[in-house]
Amino acid sequence: MIRPDAPVLLEIKDLHARVEDKAILKGVNLTVRAGEIHAVMGRNGSGKSTLSKVLAGHPAYTVTAGVVTYRGQDLLALDPELRARIGVFLGFQYPVEIPGVSNLEFLRVATNARRAEQGAEELDTFAFEDLVRERLKVVQMDPAFLDRSVNEGFSGGEKKRNEILQMALLEPLVAILDETDSGLDIDALRIVAGGVNQLANADNATVLITHYQRLLDAITPDYVHVMAAGRILRTGGKELALDLEERGYDWVDQELAAQAPVPLEVA
Amino acid sequence: MSTAQAVGDLVSQPYKYGFVTDIETEKIAKGLSEDVVRLISSKKQEPPFLLEFRLRAYRQWLQMQEPDWATLGYPPIDYQDIIYYAAPKQQDKKTSLDEVDPKLLETFDKLGIPLSEQKRLSNVAVDAVFDSVSIATTYKEKLAEHGVIFCSISEAVKEYPPLIERYLGTVVPITDNYFAALNSAVFSDGSFVFIPKGVDCPMELSTYFRINSGDTGQFERTLIVAEEGASVSYLEGCTAPMFDTNQLHAAVVELVALDDASIKYSTVQNWYAGDENGVGGIYNFVTKRGQCRGDRSKISWTQVETGSAITWKYPSCVLQGAESVGEFYSVALTNHRQQADTGTKMIHVGPRTRSTIVSKGISAGRSANSYRGLVQMGPKAVGAKNYSQCDSMLIGDQAAANTYPYIRSQQPQAAVEHEASTCRISEDQLFYLQSRGIGFEEAVSMMVSGFCRDVFNQLPMEFAAEADKLLALKLEGSVG
Repeated sequence: MIRPDAPVLLEIKDLHARVEDKAILKGVNLTVRAGEIHAVMGRNGSGKSTLSKVLAGHPAYTVTAGVVTYRGQDLLALDPELRARIGVFLGFQYPVEIPGVSNLEFLRVATNARRAEQGAEELDTFAFEDLVRERLKVVQMDPAFLDRSVNEGFSGGEKKRNEILQMALLEPLVAILDETDSGLDIDALRIVAGGVNQLANADNATVLITHYQRLLDAITPDYVHVMAAGRILRTGGKELALDLEERGYDWVDQELAAQAPVPLEVA
Repeated sequence: MSTAQAVGDLVSQPYKYGFVTDIETEKIAKGLSEDVVRLISSKKQEPPFLLEFRLRAYRQWLQMQEPDWATLGYPPIDYQDIIYYAAPKQQDKKTSLDEVDPKLLETFDKLGIPLSEQKRLSNVAVDAVFDSVSIATTYKEKLAEHGVIFCSISEAVKEYPPLIERYLGTVVPITDNYFAALNSAVFSDGSFVFIPKGVDCPMELSTYFRINSGDTGQFERTLIVAEEGASVSYLEGCTAPMFDTNQLHAAVVELVALDDASIKYSTVQNWYAGDENGVGGIYNFVTKRGQCRGDRSKISWTQVETGSAITWKYPSCVLQGAESVGEFYSVALTNHRQQADTGTKMIHVGPRTRSTIVSKGISAGRSANSYRGLVQMGPKAVGAKNYSQCDSMLIGDQAAANTYPYIRSQQPQAAVEHEASTCRISEDQLFYLQSRGIGFEEAVSMMVSGFCRDVFNQLPMEFAAEADKLLALKLEGSVG
């Protein structure tokens, strides 16, 4: 839902970042307002996933230039855990397994960390159990997954549902979902997309990072951005995604070559 | 700052129990000789059988060589440069706590072991040992109502000499090994527990060992006997001040379980570990062994080893009785220059005996952490079973983890199963937890305690939280 007067939640200006010696982001600009759903598309290697990791504060990436503000606050100055506590959420493409750490306990500690930041009271084991059982419905997840170790032995679909469950518990204002549709069959995709739709409201915003139109069939974006060579090359409405689906990414290469101030990276 | 570095800083916390209590101590001169052994025995007014025991052990020790097979490196120990007896100056052991030097009570208070009537733990009886002597034992009367004896071993020697004579040195003979022989010659104090036939000990028993003097060796002796059908859960805790010299600690623990008896022995070891360069710290050379003499008896060892510069320790079970059960659950955390060579021995003698070994080693800094275990199936151990699981976790890239499992079987109808794994706390796991609002320290400590969970679950309730806190403390600190 686009409302020009809605408050700006996330503002990215001329963001440059590298991993080791390799420059990946080369001037990303993006403004996200409350109530909006953005889709960031692009080929492998275009910088989409890097953008999500940089926003969440992954230590392997170094920001070399640019500014990111979240509700007016300098996001890049904060440690990853602080970013999460104030309402920035990253849904991982490949959620890691953490043997020995109970999923339920992990979810409780994470939820309480977010609540403490919001000035809400800490939930004890019992109160949390009530909350989590209610939120499980968002992703139609079996409570048995709560008693297992974090993501350990989960299928691809179960891991992604666990991500959306975390989002349902943490109630972020900006959720960046990195390739949430990858590795999902049709049913799982429907459930995960259904969860994202349920959680989207006028006060928060969602940034979907994806390769494929099929996720956007289930979640309708307000904006579609095409990334290439570390920048957002073009921005449009949902029809841009359909266009990409039809024409492929070849035109992106041509457009890049024509612009040519930035040398073309081999994807 | 890299993750490895940050984790490194995190596990490099100052030692909290490093203070020295300023108290007048009676010490004998440095060095070891037959006269010193006699002097210790006479100071403790021991019966002749015990002096004989000590002298035999001393003569045995003179003929033995210090073992060098462990994966440990340390300069030679000068056994003549150690004081073998030190005691806080006060008269004989007090009958009432009111008469104990308040400085001593304060020391134990500071260590979180309140001994005074109002503050003591409600369901745990404590024997507090300071340097070479036991200063107080709580809840003795209440235990006596159930026929349970819980006192210092020196007291037991005086009050119950037949029990001591009958059991002392029968599980760990004086000839067993170099350090056991040394302990048998010079042991100072420790705890004695006797649970009579059919009694389920009504409370947790606990001994807290505190080394205070800088140049003193600590040689405790613990003996626990559970008669037919009796059961007991016992916990041992230990700390020491920070000195830049090394102190020798060579304890012996013997457990005896008769038919259908069960003994659960838990240790939370937090001796001073030396500084980040490996200067100072306790040399911990300990012999712990339990004998399941009776049928269907059970001995379970749980240890959380976080301290000492050097740990050399293999709590073991001799499974004699038919269908007896031995268990060993261990967490060993090493950091900086700490070295640990620890594990267990499960000696299956009787038929259908069973044993379980779960060992979790965590190595950080430039430490070395080795698991060394023996599973032996004797010719009569028909249908015996062992299951072993040894997991190592590495923190940073300069620590070492080794696993040395030895299996000897003389019985074709016995089953031995061994699993081992090594893992590392990965940057991606840490980032995942952090990206959910969980701070760096808490993330590391969640993963470490998750790794140790199988072992912590075995600790008595009151101490599981304590152990978790202790590990968290070792891992706590500023994040760069």
